[in-house]
Amino acid sequence: MRKIPLVILREYLTRVKKKSFIIMTLLAPFLISGFYALMIWISINDNVGSSVKHMVVVDQSGIFGNDVKSNDKIDFHFSPNFSRDSLINSDYEGMIIVPEDYDIEQDLNLKYESQSSLSVKEIDVIQNAFSSVIRNTKLKKSGITQETLDSLKVNVAVQSSKIDSEGNSKTTNSIILTAVGIGSAFIIYIFIFLYGVQVMRGVIEEKTSRIVELMVSSVKPFELMMGKVIGIAAVGLTQLAIWGVLSTVLTLIITTVFGINQVDQSQLTEMQQAQTQVTPQVGEMIASIADLPIAKIFGLFLFFFIAGYLLYGAIFAAIGSAVDSETDTQQFMMPITLPLVFSLVISFSVVINDPNGALATWLSMIPFTSPIVMMARLPFDPPTWQIVTAVLSMIIGIVIAIAIAGKIYRTGILMYGKKPSYKELLKWLFYKN
Amino acid sequence: MDVLSIEGVSKFYANHTALNRVSFNVPEGIVFGLLGPNGAGKTSLIRIINQITAPDEGQVLFRGNKLNISHIKEIGYLPEERGLYKKMQVFDQLLYFARLRGLDKATAIKTINEWLDKFEASTWKKKRIEELSKGMQQKIQFIITVLHDPKVIILDEPFTGFDPKNTQLIKDEIRSLKQKGASVILSTHRMESVEEICDEVVLINKSEVVTTGTVNDIRSTLKEDIFEMHYRGDVAPEDLQGIQILRSSKQGNETFVQFKYPENSRPDIQVFGGQHLQISLYREVIPSMQEVFIKLTETQHA
Repeated sequence: MRKIPLVILREYLTRVKKKSFIIMTLLAPFLISGFYALMIWISINDNVGSSVKHMVVVDQSGIFGNDVKSNDKIDFHFSPNFSRDSLINSDYEGMIIVPEDYDIEQDLNLKYESQSSLSVKEIDVIQNAFSSVIRNTKLKKSGITQETLDSLKVNVAVQSSKIDSEGNSKTTNSIILTAVGIGSAFIIYIFIFLYGVQVMRGVIEEKTSRIVELMVSSVKPFELMMGKVIGIAAVGLTQLAIWGVLSTVLTLIITTVFGINQVDQSQLTEMQQAQTQVTPQVGEMIASIADLPIAKIFGLFLFFFIAGYLLYGAIFAAIGSAVDSETDTQQFMMPITLPLVFSLVISFSVVINDPNGALATWLSMIPFTSPIVMMARLPFDPPTWQIVTAVLSMIIGIVIAIAIAGKIYRTGILMYGKKPSYKELLKWLFYKN
Repeated sequence: MDVLSIEGVSKFYANHTALNRVSFNVPEGIVFGLLGPNGAGKTSLIRIINQITAPDEGQVLFRGNKLNISHIKEIGYLPEERGLYKKMQVFDQLLYFARLRGLDKATAIKTINEWLDKFEASTWKKKRIEELSKGMQQKIQFIITVLHDPKVIILDEPFTGFDPKNTQLIKDEIRSLKQKGASVILSTHRMESVEEICDEVVLINKSEVVTTGTVNDIRSTLKEDIFEMHYRGDVAPEDLQGIQILRSSKQGNETFVQFKYPENSRPDIQVFGGQHLQISLYREVIPSMQEVFIKLTETQHA
């Protein structure tokens, strides 16, 4: 075991010194924060990419008058005698024609004429604009005043609070919770794949370059495997740490440059308001982030990040040892890919909708799915016993996976030629040294 | 003193026996040939000595002690299938292997520099392995094998792929390692190299030891009391007295004969006295290692 540090150091240094690693590690935060900057810029310059379209409404029935309300998407102009010919030379995008014999009690069939076609969103806007006029006209007919109509417009916001055992309530925001959960689950998913495959490639490289014979005459195969798995884990953590720090710094810089402060953020909120038709209070969102058990989430994120990687990394190493080239890995990749993809899909669907449901609860405690599913659940504050169970079963899972992988590995790395079957891998488990 | 004792070592795999009660000793300070056809079990044995695998039966003693992890730094190994980390720099790679074999950093750096100088390779330090020619890579591999100053050096087909100049370099190096007291176990199919540099050999065939001993002894045990001679003179081969002619040929005025002395008589060059011959060459025919190898491995096939 004394030699593991040497192996770890080599695996770590050779990868960290690689140009591709340095470029990727330094570039990614710029891309991420660049994306963030773009989003802020779009939200400030609200109409980027979607200018207001001017449309002329030809209404010879006279029912709509000037009542159809323009908004930030479409500006309605009214001209009862506008003709198709004059459209071509005008600045109008298109003309909306109300049938001459339209009766308010009938369904409305509008005609749209233009040189370009309408987007789904635009059709939606037009439908809403016209139907609200019809509805209001009908309501007025039945004796409801404009005042009553105005007073009917209310915004409903749901403020969800979590009450702890001492009766103190905490504001929670589902959007934030989901974002934190899914975000961390996704990072774990990506890293398991990215770095697990690196472990596998490393093993295959040692095997095909035949350096492994020399290696195992100096170190035990188990030391070699663990050194590689841990060394690459350290590379992953380094990358994550650099990304974290750089992204934070760059985001702070961008925020300052754009002068986003408490006041300006109302603009951001306005944008969200338009999209969701609800009014999440800025303060509430901030409070929700502040109220999240940050230390707990971060600690468990780090645990599941490392644990998930170790579990799968060991299996990736075993696969690498069993084959002669990367093209042979396909048949063994299934058992890895399946649970990973499954847990991510489940996280996106089931866990978000029902974070404490039976499926989510069980999957968050099974070693193969727990790193991803538990992270997605975590912000919704699952019971402590479930978290403890997940952590313990994960540790047991890792020990078993490493033991099995170690046995396959020590036999596999010295086997050349034929592609082994699952049955053969099983036999390797029981080989004596 | 024997540096290695192989005592009744057997190794079984699922479908075949790789080694069957193999026993022999490797004395200190000699070049020891490990010979045998492909599939005889040499690689299995080498892996056991390197503690890559363990024997199913029997044991290996290193200077009288059962082989254990502490012996890893006493053994140097150049595998037949050898490779290096292609993206790693020469110096880093040498340092890595030296440290894995148990050398401390300062000693490792000092030794590496000495060896690189010796092999005229000091300018390669910062080069990545993939930038080196095959011959250069082999030199690096050889340095890796010996730089921790091992007492036992196992070379598995060391000359494969070397040009004649580098082959000579390695042969000289093997001799100088021997002079410093190391034992070199040389596994090779090149029998002329065995005659040239091996002191003792063991021949393994079909998982079992066929014979072991010094090169000269083994060759002598297979000799068939055949002699050969070149001579000048007017005597025809068939007129020669006191011998049985096996083969003869004549070139110019020089005659070549291969012959046996009659049974129950001692070989004695004196029988040619007074037969009017000028003998320019007279020797006993001793089989080459090549012939020994083929003969001993064939007998077992039959």
